[in-house]
Amino acid sequence: MNSIIFTAGARILVALVFVFSLFMLLRGHHLPGGGFIGGLLGAVAFIIYSLACGPEETRSALRVSPEIIAVIGLGIALLAGLFSFFMGDPFFTGQWYWVGGDSYETSVFSINTVLVFDIGVYLVVLGGILSLTFAFEEEA
Amino acid sequence: MSWVLVMPIAVPFATAVVAYLARNFPAGRWISVAGSALSLIVSALLMIAVLDQGVIAAQMSNWSAPFGITLVADYLSAVMVVITAITGLATAIYALGEIPESTERLGFHALFQTLIAGVTGAFLTGDLFNLYVWFEVMLIASFSLLVIGGGKDRLDAGIKYVALNLVSTLVFLSGIGLLYGVTGTLNMADLRGAVAAAENQGLITVIAMMFMVGFGVKAAVFPLFFWLPASYHTPYFAISAVFAGLLTKVGVYALMRMFTLVFVGDVGFTHEILIWVSLLTMFTGVIGAAAQMDFRKILSFHIISQIGYMTLGLALYTPLALMGGVFYLVHHIIVKANLFFVAGLAKQYTGDTDLTRIGGLYKSAPLLAALFIIPAFSLAGFPPLSGFWAKYLIVKAAIELNMWFVTFVSLLVGLLTIYSMTKIWGYAFWKPHPEGFDPTPDRAPARVTAAMITPIAALAAMTIIIGFYPEPFVQFAQTAATQLLDPTDYVTTVLGAQP
Amino acid sequence: MESLTALIIGALTAASVYLMLTRNFMRFLFGLILLSNAVNLTIFASGRMTKGAPALVPYGADAPLGPVGNALPQALVLTAIVIGFGLLAFALALAFEGFRRTGTVDTDELRYAEPKEDAQK
Repeated sequence: MNSIIFTAGARILVALVFVFSLFMLLRGHHLPGGGFIGGLLGAVAFIIYSLACGPEETRSALRVSPEIIAVIGLGIALLAGLFSFFMGDPFFTGQWYWVGGDSYETSVFSINTVLVFDIGVYLVVLGGILSLTFAFEEEA
Repeated sequence: MSWVLVMPIAVPFATAVVAYLARNFPAGRWISVAGSALSLIVSALLMIAVLDQGVIAAQMSNWSAPFGITLVADYLSAVMVVITAITGLATAIYALGEIPESTERLGFHALFQTLIAGVTGAFLTGDLFNLYVWFEVMLIASFSLLVIGGGKDRLDAGIKYVALNLVSTLVFLSGIGLLYGVTGTLNMADLRGAVAAAENQGLITVIAMMFMVGFGVKAAVFPLFFWLPASYHTPYFAISAVFAGLLTKVGVYALMRMFTLVFVGDVGFTHEILIWVSLLTMFTGVIGAAAQMDFRKILSFHIISQIGYMTLGLALYTPLALMGGVFYLVHHIIVKANLFFVAGLAKQYTGDTDLTRIGGLYKSAPLLAALFIIPAFSLAGFPPLSGFWAKYLIVKAAIELNMWFVTFVSLLVGLLTIYSMTKIWGYAFWKPHPEGFDPTPDRAPARVTAAMITPIAALAAMTIIIGFYPEPFVQFAQTAATQLLDPTDYVTTVLGAQP
Repeated sequence: MESLTALIIGALTAASVYLMLTRNFMRFLFGLILLSNAVNLTIFASGRMTKGAPALVPYGADAPLGPVGNALPQALVLTAIVIGFGLLAFALALAFEGFRRTGTVDTDELRYAEPKEDAQK
C-alpha cells in the first residue's frame, strides 16, 4: 500500500499494538488476557507492518521465519507441561514460586510454568497467523 | 502413574518440534525414526502397565474427574496405541526411502509425527471434547500430508477430503453440544451414568445417531465413505499406508468406545442400524474394488469393505463378536498398511500402479511377490494367517446368533476379496510386463528399496506370528471385549482415579 | 432468549445447507462457516442462558459470589472457534491453491483424482 499517512502512522501503531500484546500476555491467568489474545494482537501488529511495508520487509523485521516461531512455541508449551513431572505432579500441573510472599496477594511477583505455557501459546499463535497471512499476501 | 499415559502423546509432539527444526538436514529424517522408536518403547511401557493393572487413568493438571481432562487406557486403548506406534515406526522407515528431499524440507516429518500424536491422543483421552480436539489435530496434519508435494490430483483429492471431513466434524461437535445440554458432563465415564439417568431417552437416541454419523464419516461406513476412494490413492505411499492403517480406525475406535460405554440404552435400535450399515459397507466396498484397475484404488475400496467387519463386530454386540472386532482392528491395521507399502515398492519397480500398465513383478522382484502374498491372503482370510482368525471370530459370533444372512454376506465378501487379491496378483505379478511401457523409468538405488522393504518384511512377519500363535492375541482381545461390555472398571478407575 | 437462539441456529443451518449444496467450492466453504457458527451457538445455548452474570471471580474471593453464567460452554465454544478458524484458513488456502493450479472452483470439473463420469464411453 502506497500511502504516506498509513506508512507514517503504521510505525507508531505497530509499536503500540505490539507492546499492548506483551501487556496482554503478562497479565493473563489472573486477569483477562493471556497467550492466545496476546499472540493475536502481536500478529495484528506485524500484519499492519506488512500492509504498510510489504511482507518481504516484515519477514526481515521478524528475523526468524514464522513457522519456526510457531514450532518453537509448541516446544516451549510442551516443556512447560512436562516440567511438572520433575515435581511429581500430573502433566500440565502449574508450578508456582512466589517471590516475596507465599500467595498471589502477599508476593511481589511469581515465577510459574503457567506463564511459560502462555508464552508458548503466544509464539504458536503469532507464528501460525503470520505464516498464514504471509502465504496469502505473497501469492496474491 | 500419569507419565505412562502422557508419554505416548508427548514423544511424537517433541519429535515433531525437533524434526521441524532439523528439516533442512539429513538428520531430520533420522530424528523422525528415532522418535518413532522411542514412541514404540513408551507405548510398550503403557501396555505393560495396562496388562498389570487392567485400566489406568490419570487426571491432567491435577483437576479431578469429571471436571478436568482425563487420560485413560484400558486394553483396547493400549493395544491401539501400541499398534499406532508400530505403524508409525514402519512408516518412518519407509519414508526414508520414498519421500524426496524437497518434501522433507516442507516439514514432512513434523507433520507426520503430529498426525501420530493426534491419533494416539484420540485413543487415550477419556473426555469427549478432548476427543474432538485430537480429531482436529489429526485432521489438520492429515490435510497437509495429503496435499504435500503438490500436483493437481492431490489438490483435487484434498478438497474433497477436507470438505467431507469438516462437515463430519461439525456434526460430531453439535452432538457434543447437545449431549452436554442434556447431561451436563463430557467425561466419557461420567456420561455412562448421566446418559442412563437422562429423562429424555428419545433425545439421547437422536444424539447417538449424530455421533454415529460423525464417526461414520471418519470410519468410512456405507453411505458416508465417498471421500476415501476419492483421495487415498493420490498422496505418497507412506502417507497412504498410514492413512489406510490408522485414520479410519480412529473412527471405528470412537464408535466402539461410544456405543459400548455411553449409548447402550437402546441397543435394539442403534446396533440394529449398525448391522445393516456394516453389511452394506462390506458389500459396496468389495464390489467397488472389483470395478477398479489401479493397485491403490482396489486397496482403498477394500479398506471400506473391511471396516464393515469391524463395525459388524460392534453391531452384533456379543462378547465373541466384540472380541472379533478388536482382533480385526489390530490385524487390519498391520495388513492394510503393509499392502500400501507393497504398492509403493511395486511402483518403484515398474513405474506405475495402473494394473494394465505393469506386470512381471513375480520374475523381477520375487521377494516382493512373496511379501505381497502374506498380507493379501491374510486380508482375504486364508488360514493360518491373522485375517482368518479375525473373520472366523466374527462369523462364529453371527452363527451363534442364528443370523444366517449376516453370515452369508460375511463369507461372500471374503470370497470377493480373494477375487480382488488374485486380480492384483495376476496383473501385477504374474502376467509379463506389457509392451510399450518402460518397466524401470526411475529405478531407485538399492538404499531406497532396502528402506522400503524392511517395514514390509517386518509387518509380514507380524501377520504370520499372529496367524500361527493366535492364542495370546485372542485372549487379549477377549479381555478387551469383556472390558468393553462391562465398563465398571473403566468408570470406577476414571472417577475414582487418584492423580 | 432460548427460542430466539433456536431460531437463529435454525436459520443459520438452513442457509448453510443451501450454500453447501452448490458445486462451487467457495460457496461450500461459506456454508461451512455458517454451519460452524450454528454449532457454536448450539454449544453455547446448551450451557443454559443466564442474563447479565459474567463468570468472573471478584478480586479477593475464591469463588463467584452469586449465580453466574456457565463458563464451560464458553470455553468449549472458544476452543471450537479457534480450531474452526485454523481449519477454515487451511481450506481457504487449499481452495486458492486449487484455483491457481486448475483454474476452477467447480467441484464437478475437479476430476484429476477420479475419472470423469463419461470417461468410459
